[in-house]
Amino acid sequence: MKRSRVPFFTTITVLVFFYLPLIVLSINSFNDSRYGGPWKGFTFRWYVRLFHDPQIWHALKNTLLIAVSATLVSMMIGTLAAFALHRYRSRLQMVHYGMIYSPLIVPDILMGMSLLLFFVALKVKLGLFTIFIAHVTFCLSYVTMVVLSRLQDFDFSLIEAAQDLGANGWTAFRRILLPLIMPGIAAGGLLAFTLSLDDFVITFFVSGPGSTTLPIHIYSMMKHGAPAVINALSVILLLITFVLVSASRTMREKTE
Amino acid sequence: MSDFLVFEGVSKRYGETQAVDSVTFSINRGEIFSLLGPSGCGKTTLLRCCAGFEDPDSGRIILDGKDITGLPPHRRKVNTVFQNYALFPHLSIRENIAFGPRTAGWTRGETDKEVSRMLELIQMEEYADRKVTEISGGQKQRIAIARALINRPQVLLLDEPLAALDLKLRQRMLVELDSIHDEVGITFVYVTHDQGEAMGISDRIAAMNLGHIEQIGTPAEIYEAPRSSFVAAFIGDTNFFDGTVTEVMDGSYCRLRIDGFPDVLAWNDKGLQVNNAVHLSLRPEKFNISREQPDALPNRNVVQGTVEDIIYLGSHTKYWVRVEDYRLGIHHQHSRYLLDTRPITWNEKVWISWFADDSYMMERYKPEDENLLVLPDMEVEEEVLPV
Repeated sequence: MKRSRVPFFTTITVLVFFYLPLIVLSINSFNDSRYGGPWKGFTFRWYVRLFHDPQIWHALKNTLLIAVSATLVSMMIGTLAAFALHRYRSRLQMVHYGMIYSPLIVPDILMGMSLLLFFVALKVKLGLFTIFIAHVTFCLSYVTMVVLSRLQDFDFSLIEAAQDLGANGWTAFRRILLPLIMPGIAAGGLLAFTLSLDDFVITFFVSGPGSTTLPIHIYSMMKHGAPAVINALSVILLLITFVLVSASRTMREKTE
Repeated sequence: MSDFLVFEGVSKRYGETQAVDSVTFSINRGEIFSLLGPSGCGKTTLLRCCAGFEDPDSGRIILDGKDITGLPPHRRKVNTVFQNYALFPHLSIRENIAFGPRTAGWTRGETDKEVSRMLELIQMEEYADRKVTEISGGQKQRIAIARALINRPQVLLLDEPLAALDLKLRQRMLVELDSIHDEVGITFVYVTHDQGEAMGISDRIAAMNLGHIEQIGTPAEIYEAPRSSFVAAFIGDTNFFDGTVTEVMDGSYCRLRIDGFPDVLAWNDKGLQVNNAVHLSLRPEKFNISREQPDALPNRNVVQGTVEDIIYLGSHTKYWVRVEDYRLGIHHQHSRYLLDTRPITWNEKVWISWFADDSYMMERYKPEDENLLVLPDMEVEEEVLPV
């Protein structure tokens, strides 16, 4: 029987659909033409200009500052939340679970709006701090979900075994539970980091003067017409994201 | 020394279920003591109370003269071998065994020396630096034992330690456990639902059911002289008879009338009188089954029946023989080469005989324990069902 060609063409079509824009973008970032379009020769000009733009560096600094701090804080709170959700039995647990889960399903634009209204009502000055709070709010949910699934697979007789062998509660936590769920916490952290890095909608609502992050800066560059530099920036971001995501995947696979 | 580990009126309730109901018994220093019973009988709860994972609702547990009730697990000189081994997957075999000593703050030199000694005891020196995920079930079992023993506990608790292994390995590990016990000489408390394991390894067995201890004794006592119908039916297989004493004879025998069965002679060690009710247990291997009528002897019971079911098991055959209203389960050992003879077959008329001394009068009888028998009489079952 002749093998059908349909699967092959479907695959090609899907791959083209997914990756052609990215390829065009990457090629264009080396195109010596200000507004893209026809090929005018190979250049590193946009990359050079990118690295000499102080505003981009400032935005990048803000973005990393927020991503790192929001990740660390949400890793801590998220892990504790996962423990609380896993360990305690209470009629309110479903409510707690819903509260943690809802930022995952609530549309970003609603999250951004409500956070903005909240900050305005409390008269909190919009800036890096409000962005940080907003990012912790949604990163927290991702970390909690990843750690919680890890805890649900955890064999708690290991804790009993540790106690049986002379470990008190803290030692059992530090030497058994923590090392064994660490991959879950780290995977949650990586996920949080990438989400914080490229968040636009929520950040847009709660940022203030001087607290521009990279995605927001890119948006304003778009409006002021500098697509070539943005192409270069996008390629770099693409590479960073790719590295982070594959690191997170390897970490999760290694522990399964 | 007796009374090394004492359970005094220990009770534990989970919600509606009384898992352990005021249990009192004591374990001698250095013995292998088994808690044997079906799942839910309370044996694991007792073990967990002893390890400190559960606190009894009432009662005390005394180890070597000290009340250990309420002490947290890490403060008891008791270690556990868990059913699923509970080895730490992120640590090597050596690190697993060294966990206790490290926590207790032994010096590095002493820890290394003891770990090596333990690896030697369980014959796994060459595996020391492997990961826990790279070894077989039997090896994991040995690591779990070494990890517990290195702490020099006063009592080693074993919670169904062989349940996850296949049959041959289980039998081999049982012998190995026994030799490890001979070597270290500490007290083992062994929880199992497998009567074969318990009989094979224990000095004494406590047969448990529904949160109570039904009987404590050596394996032979438990098997040969079961005090209750539960013990008789759960440990090994047996035949039950309900009868009434019609005649007390010299030499401590008595004659029993049994509804739906010929009269039988029984050893009257309970000193029963005429008209007393009796519940007899008669083990399947005590019967002799033959085509020829056996010689009549003063203390021998002889009845005739028809073979209904046969299960050939190599070393022996199980027969179910109909005698009036009863269906007798009989084990016949093949001590001679079977194919040289013409084996007894279905629907054959056979002679069944046994000695009056070989049945045992139980003190307690519950009809539902008949459900524990290997092949209960289905016709009796049907009569019980509401129509």
